[in-house]
Amino acid sequence: MNSLRKSWVNRFSFLFLILFVFTLIIPMGYSASISLKEAFATEAPASAGGEHAKGEEGKKVEGEKSQYKPASKLKVEDYPIVKGFNSRIAVWIVAQLHLFFGAFVLAVPIFVLVIEGVGLATKDERYDHMAHEFIKVSMTAFSITASLGGLLAFMFVSFYPDFFKYMAGIFGKTMIIYAILFFGESFCLYVYYYGWDRLNKGFSKWVHLSVGLMLNVFGMTLMVLSNTWASFMMAPSGIDDSGIFLGNIWAAIRGPLWNPINLHRFIANIAFGGSVVGAYAAFKFLSAKTDEEKAHYDWMGYTANFIAIFGFLPLPFAGYWLMKEVYSYSQQMGITAMGGAFAWLFIIQAVLIGSLFLGANYYLWCGMGRIKGSERYTPAIKYLVIVIVGCFLVWFTPHTLIMTSKEVTQVGGTHHPVLGSLGVMSAKNTAVNMLIVSTFLSFMLYRRSNKIATASWTSTGNALQVALFTAAAINIVTLGVYGYFIPANIRIGLSIPQVMTTLTVIIVSSIIDAFMYKGAKSTGPIEWGKMAQRSQYALFLLAISFTWLMGLMGYVRSALRQHWHVYTVLRDNSVDAFTPTLGYAATIITISVYIFIALVIFAFWIANFSTKKQKVVEASH
Amino acid sequence: MKVFVRIVIFSIVLSLCYWGFSNYGIPQVIPEPPPVEEQISGSMTMDQYIALGGKIFNGKGTCTLCHNPVGGRAPLLDTGGKDGPPVGARAADRIKDPGYKGKAKTAEEYIHESEVDPSAFVVAGYGKPGTNDTVSPMPATNKGSIGLSEAEIGAVISYLQKSAGVQVTVKLPTGAAPVAAAPADAEPQSAKTPEEAINKHGCPTCHKIPGIEEGGDIGPDQKGLASRAGKRVKGLSAREYIMQSIVSPDAYTVKGFEPGTMPADLGETMTVKELEMIIKYLMEKTG
Repeated sequence: MNSLRKSWVNRFSFLFLILFVFTLIIPMGYSASISLKEAFATEAPASAGGEHAKGEEGKKVEGEKSQYKPASKLKVEDYPIVKGFNSRIAVWIVAQLHLFFGAFVLAVPIFVLVIEGVGLATKDERYDHMAHEFIKVSMTAFSITASLGGLLAFMFVSFYPDFFKYMAGIFGKTMIIYAILFFGESFCLYVYYYGWDRLNKGFSKWVHLSVGLMLNVFGMTLMVLSNTWASFMMAPSGIDDSGIFLGNIWAAIRGPLWNPINLHRFIANIAFGGSVVGAYAAFKFLSAKTDEEKAHYDWMGYTANFIAIFGFLPLPFAGYWLMKEVYSYSQQMGITAMGGAFAWLFIIQAVLIGSLFLGANYYLWCGMGRIKGSERYTPAIKYLVIVIVGCFLVWFTPHTLIMTSKEVTQVGGTHHPVLGSLGVMSAKNTAVNMLIVSTFLSFMLYRRSNKIATASWTSTGNALQVALFTAAAINIVTLGVYGYFIPANIRIGLSIPQVMTTLTVIIVSSIIDAFMYKGAKSTGPIEWGKMAQRSQYALFLLAISFTWLMGLMGYVRSALRQHWHVYTVLRDNSVDAFTPTLGYAATIITISVYIFIALVIFAFWIANFSTKKQKVVEASH
Repeated sequence: MKVFVRIVIFSIVLSLCYWGFSNYGIPQVIPEPPPVEEQISGSMTMDQYIALGGKIFNGKGTCTLCHNPVGGRAPLLDTGGKDGPPVGARAADRIKDPGYKGKAKTAEEYIHESEVDPSAFVVAGYGKPGTNDTVSPMPATNKGSIGLSEAEIGAVISYLQKSAGVQVTVKLPTGAAPVAAAPADAEPQSAKTPEEAINKHGCPTCHKIPGIEEGGDIGPDQKGLASRAGKRVKGLSAREYIMQSIVSPDAYTVKGFEPGTMPADLGETMTVKELEMIIKYLMEKTG
């Protein structure tokens, strides 16, 4: 009887798999056919309009009539106003919340799939249970994301109708594909979650993993598709100077900032998702009644922190690429971001990132307390603290200072004679690379805590690693100092060798460690659950700081367009077209963060409720 | 429940710390309001037109984002630098450069071409990376996010020629003013009193001024200015000297002080009424 049931399950699973593949192929094929059709169409003379075609394709002949209209010159009256209701703030908050939840529900399935795969490979069921619990906490968040997305679309149509009309005129087809993909993602998510126990053995497990993979394919496609709209608003392509769409959707999608934003969001989502589930684990750890529960949630918190840091470390590099492309697209936009009205925003960013580095390292150092043998590395912590705090202070130092006239007189100008030089990019790039290298060193020491290498070449390996770290530190600092003596446009290129140095240290050291600690002697197991309560607050700090940071960077990305809905093409002429001060923006970000926390607590509460119910059912059996 | 309350308080307080730092830990720079098209009429004098050019150069045109001595991203235009004299003076030589492939025949046309077609000639070392100085990173100022009108571009050229000390060849715009998008309240508002004007432009940050509370000593003490001003520069009356010190501060530097310290753009940021009030105040109060 059992084997009969199993075979039916397998057949059903296989059918589902085929169905999912088709669900994916149909929209992809549809999308590809549109792109190809339009790409070929543009080879023939097309629409009329402005002087130059933006983008590589879509050349057109003057005088012929286009089916697309130029961007409207909007007036204040074109924006519906509801008395006592600020539409810009409302759209800002709803868009930000949608991005918070979107990032979370896109990130969780990525690492859930990896953890489930690790569980299958190692045959350790704890991984499978943890992956299941991770996806469970994202289920309610998925519904909230969809609701917020619907609300956002409604708000655009209601309060910015001309803007929405213009965007829909160009991206209408991608919006339809987006909706189809969303259904595909929902379908996969529900099968993935509710089929977890049923599709748990043998071939079914592989089908389950495939569903998880499909879920991520749908999710990623959704993300890159919606990124096209955001990147088009910042750096439009595929249109002419007056905003007339040239007919090639691929040219409009493939803007100069699309891929940098795709990469940046992908990595940031993982870091953000990890930090939020880390906060969930920390809450469960602090509320745990038994040692078993404590051990489970301690381990879950550690894993979530690992995921967050894993995503966080390469994030500055993705940020460099994005800013490099921003400068390349428009030097004016780049300078406005880094040296203009938003220059001080990056000091707030420094505070947030400094907090993240300190919090993540503190959690690792606390974690060493539950590992026998870690005492060997404890003395190194104080030096790491000095380097990390020092780098944080360098990053935090502004170029110019806020002073009274008396203070200006005493200092001799708005730049501090000594510290002022730490406010420029050369110093900051050096600081962030040193922060990353130091955090990686913390992690290496943590991983080594209960291990004694037995390889014959251990002392050579250790010497090699010391030399590697020392050479890297010298190289990073020397490049930073050299930056003071060369022009700004050449200086920005120095960030590449600095980043390469950091990546080399991380990769080469990891490889040496992997071989050196193969078959290492253990000094004892990790005593999961024996973690100081205060360490869990570091996990909350990571989640709140990541959320705040996301809100802040979301603000600057949008604000760089200044008084444009679509930069240089569709001007914002609403009463709220002004760029707000950072204090004003901080208030909106804080409100968004509070609403997000409240909704996340609700989502966790629902997840917790289902756990309780499950336990009651298990007990009754 | 106790754990829950603690976590909520922790989260709220942490967020508030970030909010507090953003509001009170850094200066609240008020970004420029969205630019509007300047009202240019045929009745404008050349001095007014040049002053408008300076205002556009330092503001709406966003020229100084790159053309400044700090970043080294673009050649200096209204002052001389490592790339030679101000652009108004060097423009004629650029056309003769063997690498020049543009269409300009005169210095004025060259500056105009540089604004509307920046890649026509790229000064060595300032091209987009990887283009061997064939493509300029500068946007065309008559399009896109800057979108200057022809009359506004003319004003900038006149300002650059005036700054270089060469003859201003730009013709004053004729005909009616373009449709002004500027709301009345977007026009610069003059200070109502000389004290307000002095504080508005930050003079006490560097100077001690009789009748004004607190003052720095980065710049000369203004006490006794009225009596010594007429003797500073041969040929300039006290009033003319004070005006020159404000509008072109580096034209004469008092011994013992560093040139280049005082902002050079007060001529653009100050209204005529404010300039008049400040000069009158300094003539009367500094004895």
